[in-house]
Amino acid sequence: MTDTTLVRRRCHALIRWFSETPLTVTLAASFMVLMLFVMLFAQIIQPYAFDHIDLMNRISPPVPLQGSTLMHPAGTDTLGRDLFSRLLVGAQTSMLLALLGTCLGAILGITLGFLAAHKGRLWDEAIMGLVDFQAAMPWFIVALAVLAFLGNSMVMFIAIMALYGWETYARITRGLVLSAREQGYALAVRGLGARPRWIYLRHILPNISGPLLVQLTVNFPSTILFETSLSFLGLGIRPPMTSLGQMLGEGRDYLISAWWLAVVPGVMIFLITLSMSILGDWLRSKLDPSLEN
Amino acid sequence: MFWFLTKSLRAVITLLLVVTFVFFVLRLSGDPTYMLLPDDIDEATRTFYRQLWGLDKPIFVQYLNYLGALLQGDFGISFRNNQDAFQLVWDRVPKTALLTGTSLVISLVIGIPLGIVAALYRDSWIDRAVMAASVFGFSMPNFFLGILLILIFSLNLRVLPSSGSGTWRHLIMPASTLGISFAAQFARYTRSSMIDVLNKSYMRTAQSKGAGTARRVNLHALPNAAIPVITILGLKVGELLGGAVITETVFAWPGLGRLLTSAVASRDLAVVQCIMILLAITMVVANMLTDLTYGWLDPRVRVGAKAGSR
Repeated sequence: MTDTTLVRRRCHALIRWFSETPLTVTLAASFMVLMLFVMLFAQIIQPYAFDHIDLMNRISPPVPLQGSTLMHPAGTDTLGRDLFSRLLVGAQTSMLLALLGTCLGAILGITLGFLAAHKGRLWDEAIMGLVDFQAAMPWFIVALAVLAFLGNSMVMFIAIMALYGWETYARITRGLVLSAREQGYALAVRGLGARPRWIYLRHILPNISGPLLVQLTVNFPSTILFETSLSFLGLGIRPPMTSLGQMLGEGRDYLISAWWLAVVPGVMIFLITLSMSILGDWLRSKLDPSLEN
Repeated sequence: MFWFLTKSLRAVITLLLVVTFVFFVLRLSGDPTYMLLPDDIDEATRTFYRQLWGLDKPIFVQYLNYLGALLQGDFGISFRNNQDAFQLVWDRVPKTALLTGTSLVISLVIGIPLGIVAALYRDSWIDRAVMAASVFGFSMPNFFLGILLILIFSLNLRVLPSSGSGTWRHLIMPASTLGISFAAQFARYTRSSMIDVLNKSYMRTAQSKGAGTARRVNLHALPNAAIPVITILGLKVGELLGGAVITETVFAWPGLGRLLTSAVASRDLAVVQCIMILLAITMVVANMLTDLTYGWLDPRVRVGAKAGSR
């Protein structure tokens, strides 16, 4: 195959992607890619250090408004810190925490789900009991109290985020494994003498990964909201660090004089959760045709 | 009956776990006398307060004492202002009940009809509009929505008060803030549940019998579609209470959430424990009621429970 046909093929694939995928999904995906880029390189692309104080340039509005400068396209806050840089670093923190929380929660939940399905009645009862317990706890409120009482180290905060939502993965995994185990392919591999761990990891896990992936995308926006809500209340991420929720919480005190301090990070949070929800919906309709009747 | 007993037993165990968790985790934070008393008092005073609050005994004895007191309805004394913690908390319950109740009504009144209409006109522009609005609704963080509403209606238009709880006008913005994301969720659940039901064979039977659209929707589809939605309703109670904490903080609504954030800030152990236990009880009771209603509405569930499945 020559290079030109390959290129043409790639182009066709790309055109097909764009014609078959709704515009909103493409936009959401692009935005999330941009956010991943920000998450990785915020420190490099920030025009100023996010915590650089410049008292000569306090409360400069963002660009389309009167009195703004191109030096600070998103404006500055009450200490003259560049909002664009803060936005980048804040988005980085929020994205990192949400990604870490979602992944850790998924690993914990999926592992426990497998154990519940495999280890027999006692483990099953114990793990499902834990699942019920977690579901009956107002976890946001528990997190609030724990962070306030035990002080917030980063480790504690991440642990709390990881424990948020694990029970859904455990419940889904358990159900999927129980039904997958009785299917032909699993029985066949078992008949060939494969060990349980091999069957679970190499054969069943790939087969049930679709619904789990959908759950991951459903869980991600609520994890972002969980983090930003706690940081908004002044727990979670606290100065000198910053996250989108923490910025919004700070900006709330200046609604009359500088409304953009709250609105700009708020819009950012909204765009992230919106994009992720759109992607999740799309993924669900692709991977789980049963939902579409 | 057996089913009810096992459910109750599970609920009690869950509550006991919550109480234990709350007690030990919050106590891990160290000696409360260091948080509550001034730093420069002498050791004798500190010992006096430790004895007064029962903090000098081993932690396990304290735990048993706490459990014993709880069983008699004694949640302890607020360290801050020396009042009965339960009374302090109970006084705030009506305000939070008013807020969450109104939000729930708003979300059901908006969400369910929209979901039904979207399902009936599936894939039309109405369906698309409802679904788009729903994605927007539940992607919106409620603290941000609250701030936007304050900016628009309090600071710019000056038509609604931004904080407080005196009149019904104070209720509009907090209740809408809390209600909108749930309306969005209920619209989705109702839609998918309705679509599910509309494809069932008994709907075709009803149609072939010659039942009109109104009759089919009202008598055949809605009762069946309501069942999953009711289940979701019970599971959303925890989320509703969590949302109330934030909404109350944004709008300075004097309910449980505000009390919780201030008690947490001042490390008022007894009040925080009391609020968390009351909220857990609310959630557990809501889940049980959901299960009961579910079994009552859908006899298949009862049969399934008797057969020993979870």
